[in-house]
Amino acid sequence: MAEEIIRSNQSGEVTMRVWRGDDTGGEFTEYVMPAQEGEVVLDVIHRVQATEAPDLACRWNCKAGKCGSCSAEINGRPSLMCMTRMDTLPPGETVTVAPMRAFPVIRDLVTDVSYNYEVAKRIPPLSARAKTEDEEEAGGYRMAQVDVERSQEFRKCIECFLCQDVCHVVRDHEENKTAYAGPRFFIRSAELEMHPLDTNDRRQLLQEDQGLGKCNITKCCTEVCPEHIKITDNAIIPLKERVVDAKYDPVAWLGRKIRKRTKRTAEEAAAEAPAGGPAAVLPPGGVHGVPQPHAHGAPVLATAPVGPSTGPDAPSPADTGGTPPDGQA
Amino acid sequence: MTDYESHEFDVIIIGAGGAGLRAAVEAQALGLRTAVVCKSLLGKAHTVMAEGGMAAAMGNVYSEDNWKVHFRDTMRGGKLLNNFRMAELHAQEAPDRVRELEAWGALFDRTEDGLILQRDFGGHRYARLAHVGDRTGLELIRTMQQKAVADGMEVFMELKVLRLLHDADGNVSGIVGYWRPTGEFVVIKAKAVVLATGGVGKSWMYTSNSWESTGDGHAMALWAGADLIDMECVQFHPTGMVWPLSVRGILVTEGVRGDGGVLRNSEGNRFMFDYVPEMFRAETADSEDEADKWYDDHTAGRRPPELLPRDEVARSINSEVKAGRGSPHGGVFLDIATRRTAEDIRRRLPSMYHQFKELAGVDITAEAMEVGPTCHYIMGGVRVDADSTAATVPGLFAAGEVAGGMHGANRLGGNSLSDLLVFGRRAGIGAAEFAQGRTGEIVLDEGQIQEAIDAAVAPFGRESGENPYDIQQDLQETMQSLVGIIRTGSELEEALVKIEALEERAGNIALGGGTKYNPGWNLTTDLPSMLTVSKCTAIGALNRKESRGGQTRDDFPTADPEMGKVNFVERIPDPSAAPRGVGGTPSVRSITSQPEPVPVMPDDLKALLEEAN
Repeated sequence: MAEEIIRSNQSGEVTMRVWRGDDTGGEFTEYVMPAQEGEVVLDVIHRVQATEAPDLACRWNCKAGKCGSCSAEINGRPSLMCMTRMDTLPPGETVTVAPMRAFPVIRDLVTDVSYNYEVAKRIPPLSARAKTEDEEEAGGYRMAQVDVERSQEFRKCIECFLCQDVCHVVRDHEENKTAYAGPRFFIRSAELEMHPLDTNDRRQLLQEDQGLGKCNITKCCTEVCPEHIKITDNAIIPLKERVVDAKYDPVAWLGRKIRKRTKRTAEEAAAEAPAGGPAAVLPPGGVHGVPQPHAHGAPVLATAPVGPSTGPDAPSPADTGGTPPDGQA
Repeated sequence: MTDYESHEFDVIIIGAGGAGLRAAVEAQALGLRTAVVCKSLLGKAHTVMAEGGMAAAMGNVYSEDNWKVHFRDTMRGGKLLNNFRMAELHAQEAPDRVRELEAWGALFDRTEDGLILQRDFGGHRYARLAHVGDRTGLELIRTMQQKAVADGMEVFMELKVLRLLHDADGNVSGIVGYWRPTGEFVVIKAKAVVLATGGVGKSWMYTSNSWESTGDGHAMALWAGADLIDMECVQFHPTGMVWPLSVRGILVTEGVRGDGGVLRNSEGNRFMFDYVPEMFRAETADSEDEADKWYDDHTAGRRPPELLPRDEVARSINSEVKAGRGSPHGGVFLDIATRRTAEDIRRRLPSMYHQFKELAGVDITAEAMEVGPTCHYIMGGVRVDADSTAATVPGLFAAGEVAGGMHGANRLGGNSLSDLLVFGRRAGIGAAEFAQGRTGEIVLDEGQIQEAIDAAVAPFGRESGENPYDIQQDLQETMQSLVGIIRTGSELEEALVKIEALEERAGNIALGGGTKYNPGWNLTTDLPSMLTVSKCTAIGALNRKESRGGQTRDDFPTADPEMGKVNFVERIPDPSAAPRGVGGTPSVRSITSQPEPVPVMPDDLKALLEEAN
């Protein structure tokens, strides 16, 4: 039986100011679109694509806040387009949508986020302890719910990279990308540090390779996290404490060692790291050029080659009327 | 002649969801040069959307559970159309795949004694789904992604594959595609190719699927001469969001019902008690009182009817709405607010809580949700050998949603994630063994490559023509209204005519804006797959003159035992000689559909179906 296609009533119009351009430059273009009840920013961007600009580039997948693809800066604030309802924005005002500023633009709202994939390769994976006899018999590890919950919070991360985008250590300092992992990867390290099965000691790596000390806990990352992960309080600060303990407080450090006898040294952990090892730093600018597949023997995450890094002149919060997203003021 | 970038591997895997990554990890571990190609960024594949959990008879909650019961549940849920051997392997191997995931870092919710907690889901006799709240798919894909990266996997991100290439002997030997960010073309030679491309849902208007689910793997297999089976069996998940319209179709996990949620109509009745089919009557509660006792102790009562297999629940909701007992926006009510405490709901279903709060302005701890069926999953797919996942053309393998047979006419919730891991691993082994046995240099036919490239860029040469978004929307409306949850012969015939007309129009698309990250062009190159799989579903649905699982005909409302003995097989008899359709691929007119016998189950497995009824 033919299904009836339900259509919504139009409820006025909305003006979208969308950044269009590529690595050579660009500008904002205005589109006036019909609006419908309950829509999110991504719906309106899709309507622009379907009607006026079929080549308007944006990433998206799930449209339900689960995949972290449609990150952009909406009225200056790093946000997911699929989870930003139009009716939460100032009524009657133009909505400005720009690409994430911390990453080089590929086209329009699409940025080259390969920096994040490069950092991910330098984090030694989980090295699970052996099963006990009881566990072998039971067929699986035993872990208490309360012990997995700490890491579960960080595993909610959908890798939208909004925290990376807003983090002023890299947002305004391109040069820091070579030696700074960023909030997304601090929670990855925190997840592994607190993982009941992990046997690696990651503290030296965090300090020396991942630049944990550069974070000055302004909590901008926590503010923009669409998964509401308490990045600063629950991951970064505890990591900083652990790193400091290891460095300056041998008693606390020894205490941890005794409690976690199976923890291994950073050197042992480093030996297991993939793709060149965690000690390798990215070549200057290497995060923009994006490694050419097969350019060298080491396995790489191949992404399409893109041009030189030239971000758009993303609107400053002042000219969009938005809230300063990075709280530096 | 257009230039392109060239690569060569032993095994190429198309798709980076759970099945693709699991296949890649296995092939790589066997020492093969392996690469994964995916349309989006790594970690964004549709697996990430899976919510409720992965089914595996580990027996952590009910020690009575074992693979035999899981096999039985899967076959009954699939209305016995399943490839029995796939269902058997799946039930036997799923527990090991879950435990292996845990050793790679996945953190599942725990039982009181520290083991992996398992939750109830529709059609599963025992609480069987390993899960992490309601974000299990994210846990699976992130774990596999991290494992693959740690193993040094090569990943080609944002690369759209246009078609498979074959050598002079007919072996599948590589792919041709383009980088979405630059529009530059790429050819990758390989000794074996694994399809792990997921589903087809984007051809329907209301779907839980993302833009990527355009049936690329299904279509490319068909174009390469492989068989597809059961393409008429499409699962409409009973509970998608219905309002606001912009979120219509977004999934509401079955975990809501597994954890105590019930369905009510506008009169407040738990209407599912009125729709219990004969096949499930003996194991389903016949009063609310009995059903409610079951949640705490499965021996104290029989299962609530809300936990019947998805096809039954989706049809029942459809009937209630048609009878005028629906919710204000054309769905029914899913109520967990009156059944569980607010704290429990937020802890067990955090994503659902946020999804409704942020997208619909509904607090599910205080009010009922409005839900209705949404196109979710295709049971049909590439016909494969159960053990090796080999397709019916040499060098081609398929795992996950793109493969057919495992789920029969209807998939049970939770069986998808375990399917990905079980058959992803087997595809990795199957492809690796095939590649190892293949000698000599691979020689590709330049003509095939240039034909694909020329067809892909043709729309840029037209001054004026069709908008690809219009064609997509018309296809979605056609499939939604004529090949939806309830079908009828005359409408299916109408759909077939419309699909052919849309193919004509798609051949006249005109584009601007260049090939660099151009979504209009990306959609244009997805349309040949979307049209191909839509044709397969419509023709299969027309031929299967009965109702079974994900195929419901109101002109043939019951199951026909004779039809239960056949799969409808779609194929293109001679792809290279077939008339060209859009994008230089064989026209949808060249697709045939015919019945062929379902593999016959050995007696020892048959006996399992009768046990513990």
